[in-house]
Amino acid sequence: MNVPDDLKYAESHEWSRPEGNQVRIGITDHAQAELSDVVYVELPKVGTKVEARQPIAVVESVKAASDIYAPVSGTVVEVNTALEADPALVNSDPFGNGWIFVLSLDAPEELDALKSADQYREQISGS
Amino acid sequence: MSSEANSSLKKTPLYGEHVKAGAKLVDFGGWLMPVQYSGIMDEHHAVRNALGIFDISHMGEVIVSGPQAKPWLNQLLTNNIDRLEPGQCHYTFMLNERGGVIDDLLVYHYANGVFLLVVNASKIEEDVAWMQQHLQEGVTLEDKSDEYAGLAIQGPRSVALFDKYFDGKVSLPGRNEIKPIRVGSIELLIARTGYTGEDGFELFLPADCAEKIWSEILEAGAEFGIKPCGLGSRDTLRLEMCYPLNGSDLSPERTPLEAGMSFFVDLQKPSFIGRDVLAAQKAEGVKSRLVPFRMLEKSPPPRAHYPVVKEGETVAETTSGSLSPSLGVGIGMAYVPTGIARINEEIEIDIRGRRFAAMIEKKPLYRKS
Repeated sequence: MNVPDDLKYAESHEWSRPEGNQVRIGITDHAQAELSDVVYVELPKVGTKVEARQPIAVVESVKAASDIYAPVSGTVVEVNTALEADPALVNSDPFGNGWIFVLSLDAPEELDALKSADQYREQISGS
Repeated sequence: MSSEANSSLKKTPLYGEHVKAGAKLVDFGGWLMPVQYSGIMDEHHAVRNALGIFDISHMGEVIVSGPQAKPWLNQLLTNNIDRLEPGQCHYTFMLNERGGVIDDLLVYHYANGVFLLVVNASKIEEDVAWMQQHLQEGVTLEDKSDEYAGLAIQGPRSVALFDKYFDGKVSLPGRNEIKPIRVGSIELLIARTGYTGEDGFELFLPADCAEKIWSEILEAGAEFGIKPCGLGSRDTLRLEMCYPLNGSDLSPERTPLEAGMSFFVDLQKPSFIGRDVLAAQKAEGVKSRLVPFRMLEKSPPPRAHYPVVKEGETVAETTSGSLSPSLGVGIGMAYVPTGIARINEEIEIDIRGRRFAAMIEKKPLYRKS
């Protein structure tokens, strides 16, 4: 399972890529494989303020709807509208074109509380 | 999934095969069952376009025999067993005294005066207890659920697979028929039935032979594009056909008439459990009816327990819902008030507080082109 070393990870299977005072967020390769067949992504609205660990988006597979949580606190500044036409990008390219939204950071130090790639690998190896 | 969480769940004789094939396993009514192997979409399309094989060993098999078997079953079930010749099968309901559905099942008249009842996995205990409670002299009831495995082979290539597997030496039973056959030393029952809307057959066989037959069929089916299929695609396939699922679309609070299943209820029979309630309901007219719908606009997939809205009022709740892999749109079913239970009636489905337009449709939602 692909777990890029340069990303931070939440226990709830979102990845975070710091980009200056912003952070790009998606779901991991492990999460997309568990969900399989993503058929709909409910994107947050740009401008939405969110606290860390609050649900902010919904990813739906054929079988179930899964909440996506904000790994850190911030404001939604960009969403991946390409997912409206092609939600399967979450399956085919979870760390690239399958990103879901970008937050501007309220408290950059919250990123430090997230897991490293090694810690996340350990988490998913137990499942 | 941890082994601890799985320890209390029942496993079918094919559990090892599912693990080997990389299936995703889930708790389904107390059974550890494959929900998917290659993916629900992929498996769904395999069944619609080629061939799929399902493990249905979790389902219950109850054998009813004895001189009073026929009249007793006619008293217990809604359909008319007198019309069921040896070798035939039909779909029927077992009702409570209020006319509500305890279970929906298939009755196979597989040998003269001997009946095989195939019931839902999560209802085996309840069904058998109900049958024991109503048992009469001259009827023998045997719960063989642990002794039988079941395989469903479904899809347009199933006849080709059958002819290859049996080397043209056995003829496939006709639609809704069953017969005993032998594979080497193994005695099995083969029925031309299924839950997908595609042609196909189901095998009921001794549990200890399940692995062998499963593997042989997968091997023989390779040239026809066979895929092992899980409960996920079983659900999307049956929903496209509007086959109700007990526990979702059927319940002890709903009668088969409300479920739109009067074809499988013979009110001409002088008596059966629940008959009087159904007869009264038929005379008065049902207050709500189970109808299929499809989404008219792009929306998240509908799912069970979403509010159904008409003219701003919540009038019902969905009982099933999914994206239809064949149609590419959201579909579902709901018990709606009879006044709006009409084809082409527009409704809305409330999905997490947003309303999306949908339309009540004719059964089945999916038709072969």
